[in-house]
Amino acid sequence: MCLAVPAEITEIGENSRAQVSIAGTVREACLDLVPEAKVGDWVLLHAGFAIQVLDAEAAAETLELLREGGVLG
Amino acid sequence: MKFVDEFRDKEVAQTILARIHEAAGRLQKPVRLMEVCGTHTVALFRHGIRALMPEQVRLLSGPGCPVCVTPTAEIDAAISLARQPQTVLATFGDMMRVPGSESTLLKERAAGRQVLVVYSPLDALKAAQKRPDHEVVLFGVGFETTAPLVASTALQAQQRGLRNFSVYSAHKLVPPALAALVAADDVRVDGFICPGHVSTVIGSQPYEFIPRDHGRGCVIAGFEPLDVLEAIWRLLRQIELQSPQVEIAYRRAVRPEGNPEALKRLSQAFVTVDAEWRGLGTIRRSGLEFREELSAHNAKERFDIQTRPVADPPGCLCGEVLRGAREPEDCAHFGTTCTPEQPVGPCMVSSEGTCAAHYRYGEAGRRVEA
Amino acid sequence: MLEGTITLAHGGGGRLAQQLVREVFLPHFGNAELARLNDAAEVLVQSNRLAVSTDSFVVTPHRFPGGDIGSLAVYGTVNDLAMMGARPLCLTAGFIVEEGFELDALAQVAGSMAEAARRAQVPIVAGDTKVVEHGSGDGVFINTTGIGEVVLEPAPAGERAQPGDALVLSGRVGDHGMAVLMARNEFDFRADIVSDCAPLWELVEALAQAQVEVHALRDPTRGGLATVLNEIAGAAQVGMIVQEATVPVSEAVRGACDMLGLDPLYVANEGKLVACVPAQEAQRALRVLRQHELGREAAIIGRVTASGPPGRVILDTAVGGRRVLDLTSGEQLPRIC
Repeated sequence: MCLAVPAEITEIGENSRAQVSIAGTVREACLDLVPEAKVGDWVLLHAGFAIQVLDAEAAAETLELLREGGVLG
Repeated sequence: MKFVDEFRDKEVAQTILARIHEAAGRLQKPVRLMEVCGTHTVALFRHGIRALMPEQVRLLSGPGCPVCVTPTAEIDAAISLARQPQTVLATFGDMMRVPGSESTLLKERAAGRQVLVVYSPLDALKAAQKRPDHEVVLFGVGFETTAPLVASTALQAQQRGLRNFSVYSAHKLVPPALAALVAADDVRVDGFICPGHVSTVIGSQPYEFIPRDHGRGCVIAGFEPLDVLEAIWRLLRQIELQSPQVEIAYRRAVRPEGNPEALKRLSQAFVTVDAEWRGLGTIRRSGLEFREELSAHNAKERFDIQTRPVADPPGCLCGEVLRGAREPEDCAHFGTTCTPEQPVGPCMVSSEGTCAAHYRYGEAGRRVEA
Repeated sequence: MLEGTITLAHGGGGRLAQQLVREVFLPHFGNAELARLNDAAEVLVQSNRLAVSTDSFVVTPHRFPGGDIGSLAVYGTVNDLAMMGARPLCLTAGFIVEEGFELDALAQVAGSMAEAARRAQVPIVAGDTKVVEHGSGDGVFINTTGIGEVVLEPAPAGERAQPGDALVLSGRVGDHGMAVLMARNEFDFRADIVSDCAPLWELVEALAQAQVEVHALRDPTRGGLATVLNEIAGAAQVGMIVQEATVPVSEAVRGACDMLGLDPLYVANEGKLVACVPAQEAQRALRVLRQHELGREAAIIGRVTASGPPGRVILDTAVGGRRVLDLTSGEQLPRIC
């Protein structure tokens, strides 16, 4: 029910409008729901809005856990 | 970190899969895990993960497909709006092929009605700005992932004093549907794979009642192959350790408190109302309706929409399928009178509908041998 | 730069119609036979194995990165002939133009067609123009019919695909469909995506000259790669297995598809081919294709099998899973779910 893709914020304009890049595809996105987002942040893009700022550290930790195997929590 | 390819790593996938098989081997009895969300259904099928599951693990698809649970009467309402003169009905692509009582939005477009497929609610807003002589109505379908966007859009329309833009809200909420599901007698689900993007907005707290009151675990999962595999693994561990809880596996996107700004938009724009879910009946406080202050942008206030409740087509098992009580293959229509080209019920229409997924990709992938 | 617009009179067969041919079409399509302006063209053919193909082109917008309706109209038919193993000999071009269409825009289309025809080494020897009332068309529709000489013996055919054959794809998929979608501007995205619109006869000729045995040949246009694979499998009543990880897709196409919820395997291409060749020919076919500028990213993407229900195509997914690669019903629509 939720197709959202990671996108990198490349520019922020007025009225919560930003430019984001999804692997080179560029589109306008609305940052109304993530007012704290900055240029360079990665966000989840859903239907033209950023719905969350992605946590790169958490992502890296998850991957490391998965790779290592062993006890997952 | 690009957040995508890393979570599609084949080697790591095989590692997690091995652990799933080991854990499954230690199970006392077969387990049934429900992937609540239609996008999870698609991910599982698309990456061919269903075909890799051990015998003892059965994956059921749940009612988290907004296309599937939108009642026929609401499709009819959207169609009647499209038929109004000087009116553009804007919709997400997902809804175009869903059958109403007599027609679909795709057929209406073919018949010359103004039906505009949009990627974003803001595209509908732009359409309204470009065509001041037309009414533009957005068919607002979707759960808590999409509703805040529509809320934001409606509020922006209000701020700009845009007089020709409104929304028909068919938005619904996931936790009440889950509550109805776990309370039902005919569904035995041992654990839930919870929707990662809905949870981005609502956080983890709304699922707490499931382990607490019903003794079943929830893992909030992302949508890449590694995410889904991890969720299945974690659920099996919870079952093995008999320790049901709510776990956030999708840590890079989901915070326990969700997204406060998105939740704020929801409460600014909407109130919770009772809503009808296809297959689940009426669920209390499970739908979203616009507040008084936004009446000017509420299509139900602006237009006189008459629709009648519509019974499901005879023999259509979409309701039971949506609850995980029956499988598509149990339905007499499946694959014969009901196919993606000529769908009877919504589960076959939606690209993420259980029946469509089973039909297109093969039943649980199990018919797929080398 | 031509001024003015098309009027109903331009399709009327009289002075204005003749003027249209002389000012818009002849300068671009100029060749001796066409210039004779007879009712039909005389073409000398030595072979007794001819292929004929016709196709109509209605794409909007008319122009998109990498091409336009004109180049598409030429390459589309040339490629249909090439998929039969036929060298294109000549093309006809029929235009249905909407009243009010800019003359200059029509000249540009003619120019694109001429350039495409030169690149494909095929003359446009006959043509026709009709004009319809404003509102009855979409600017311009084009029909091209092509005659070719079948060179490959035996001619490739879907039903000739055999278990054990390798599936060889000439390059990356999804570029054309996404370029057009981008040009439509309905979903407001920009990407480094250009239509792959190109003539395929040279690639086929290279395979023929290298004496590679080709059982089946298809160009994955509407419906994309998944569709033509299903068509071949259905025609030959065989199974297929495709390795997802080996199918080349550009990062830009992948990003755009991910955003909109589209699958690159179902997106149209206009300058690619997929060939079924005997397993022992696969590496050689690959080398031959890669030597040509249109085949640099050629890859072996799977094989034809005898197992499973006939006509079923299976995808080995990049993550190690497995699923059926089915035919879709209708056009893919962008989704949010």
